[in-house]
Amino acid sequence: MNIEDIGFETINLGHGSGGELTRNLLDKIIFKTFSNPFLDQKHDGSIVNFNGEIAISTDSFVITPIFFKGGDIGSLAVHGTVNDVAMCGAVPKYLSLAFIIEEGLKVSEFIQIVLAIKKAADESDVLIITGDTKVVERGKGDKIFINTTGFGEVHPKANISVQNIKEGDKILVNGYIAQHGMAIMSEREGLQFESTIESDSTNLNFLVKDLLDKFGEKIKLFRDPTRGGLGTILHEIATDISKGVFLKEEFIPLEKQVAAACEMLGLDPMYVANEGVFLVVVDPSIEAEVLTLMRNHEKGKNAALIGEITNEHPNKVVMQSLIGGKRIVSPLVGEQLPRIC
Amino acid sequence: MKYLSEYRNFEATKKVLDEIHKITTREWNIMEICGGQTHGLVKNGILELLPEKVRMIHGPGCPVCVTPLNLIDKAIELLEQGVIVCSFGDMIRVPGSKKSLLEAKALGGDLRILYSPIEAVSIAKENPDKEVIFFAVGFETTAPANALSVLHAEKEGITNYSILASHVLVPPAMEAILDDELCSIDAFLAAGHVCAIMGIQEYYPLVKKYKIPIVVTGFEPLDLVQGIYMAVKQLEDGQSKLENQYARVVKEYGNKAAIDVINKVFEIGNREWRGIGEIPNSGYVIKEAYRKYDAESKFNISYIKVPENADCIAGEILRGIKKPNQCDQFGKACKPANPLGAPMVSSEGACAAYYHFSNNLID
Repeated sequence: MNIEDIGFETINLGHGSGGELTRNLLDKIIFKTFSNPFLDQKHDGSIVNFNGEIAISTDSFVITPIFFKGGDIGSLAVHGTVNDVAMCGAVPKYLSLAFIIEEGLKVSEFIQIVLAIKKAADESDVLIITGDTKVVERGKGDKIFINTTGFGEVHPKANISVQNIKEGDKILVNGYIAQHGMAIMSEREGLQFESTIESDSTNLNFLVKDLLDKFGEKIKLFRDPTRGGLGTILHEIATDISKGVFLKEEFIPLEKQVAAACEMLGLDPMYVANEGVFLVVVDPSIEAEVLTLMRNHEKGKNAALIGEITNEHPNKVVMQSLIGGKRIVSPLVGEQLPRIC
Repeated sequence: MKYLSEYRNFEATKKVLDEIHKITTREWNIMEICGGQTHGLVKNGILELLPEKVRMIHGPGCPVCVTPLNLIDKAIELLEQGVIVCSFGDMIRVPGSKKSLLEAKALGGDLRILYSPIEAVSIAKENPDKEVIFFAVGFETTAPANALSVLHAEKEGITNYSILASHVLVPPAMEAILDDELCSIDAFLAAGHVCAIMGIQEYYPLVKKYKIPIVVTGFEPLDLVQGIYMAVKQLEDGQSKLENQYARVVKEYGNKAAIDVINKVFEIGNREWRGIGEIPNSGYVIKEAYRKYDAESKFNISYIKVPENADCIAGEILRGIKKPNQCDQFGKACKPANPLGAPMVSSEGACAAYYHFSNNLID
């Protein structure tokens, strides 16, 4: 796709009018890129078939900057929703895709985002089957906002529910935490530190499916700790089940450069966002096998057992520090803020 | 990671903790000055690993907590007048008398969260038709960078930049705490990073006058337990010396270049400490020669003194008289999402440390 064929360089209010300019944008960029039997109907919506229960999840993406190391708002909009559907114990099949574009966005940037969405969707084995494009006046948006809704078939062997969690169940994560949040922080305006930290944004649906294929209902829960980080999600789980979560700090997978960046900025990696991390709560009988399966999968090379469910300290997450002391891990209150000194 | 993993080592820390248990025979109250140290103690679970007889009292070293209410109100008023207000992130959730900076931002104020005041000078340069202030709070640690921003603005001929300064100094605060009749402190862990700038010279007179052990201490778990060990050892041996646990960072005479920058822009003056009151010669004020960079004199901000929330015991917390969990409001009416006082929101506040990390205190 090149810009000369498209015939315009900047997106303006007319592209959201519903008229010829909108049709132009859709035909030359959207339909051309995402062509599939559902979308090619060019109808207001799509009709699809599902086997059994359907998992549905929606998410909006408003990230700044829109391009960052390890991804962009487009790939993130696919991974985020694909993963949320997968966390339900489902196999994601279809996505809706809605853009809110601020007038003035360069078509070249829009195309880059659309192509990233296409690539991420193909890699995740999902089809874009319906969508929407709106354009708002300059100053009323932040370049581009994307909403995606995902639809997936619930895995026949899945029985994902916090209600199934029992004392002694083990908690594992698939890899390094805090990568995404620190990659974004390092690129935000005004933060003068350079790093090679990349966002971990990726699709987790295939690893989740492999786990369900093999272990079925012995998998109690999947959660992806995006905003709020691992600490906040674990606290949610503890309060949802009225049991305690016990962690060991030494087991939390944290890459050295990310650890250093967190130290420098005074941020706790337990509350930094992830986009390619999930935690899984499993029956203790399969702990070792789950770890092996995850570590042999491309998306789980740095998987680790981080803790377990306990009847002690209900509703609290307690972490044993590196030096053997204990602290609670409370939920994140607002945004983590840089410290004074 | 050099200087991190070594100082978070289980065996090394346990060895020192065992020594503390071995030598402790009497009850001792040790105050760690800096809020960063308080958080290190609570976050690593060190308080529970110490002998019961060694009680850590949390000190006033939380720059956000001691910044006067009226100054926060002034920053908010400037924000509402259309001034671009730049601040360290820590400051923005602290409650003013009516709202916080964060709430004022939500209502349309142009608030920028920065890591360095030098960036504020760049913002002033990019916005010549706007006034830009930096909310320059902190102890001796942040004073050099704040002073440097003024020197940068002067060098570049930038006239729309000024600082709203509330710099406080550690040694006068220690003296005020020791002079308080309710004081029960037997030894201090002095704030390592303050001493990295200022050196340790100014603590010798305190040791001499009050016959109290002072150990300049770092922030990692091993630093903290070593500092505590050195203080307990002195107390058990009946000594009162100035010792430097944090010698890998803190030099006898500090950082000369930083001190020179401070002395060029600031001079010693009286300062009000939130929760504690005015302490003579306890802070930096901007020198006459740089008065045009002083936001308080540049903008004529009217101010009506508003009383502090009567239910908040921040003053007693900051003076080490009470601990956060001894406050009736702790974790009930006062939480980080809805704080009654600054120590509950600041990342160096003792109440926030207890609320977020302390294992035994929250239901």
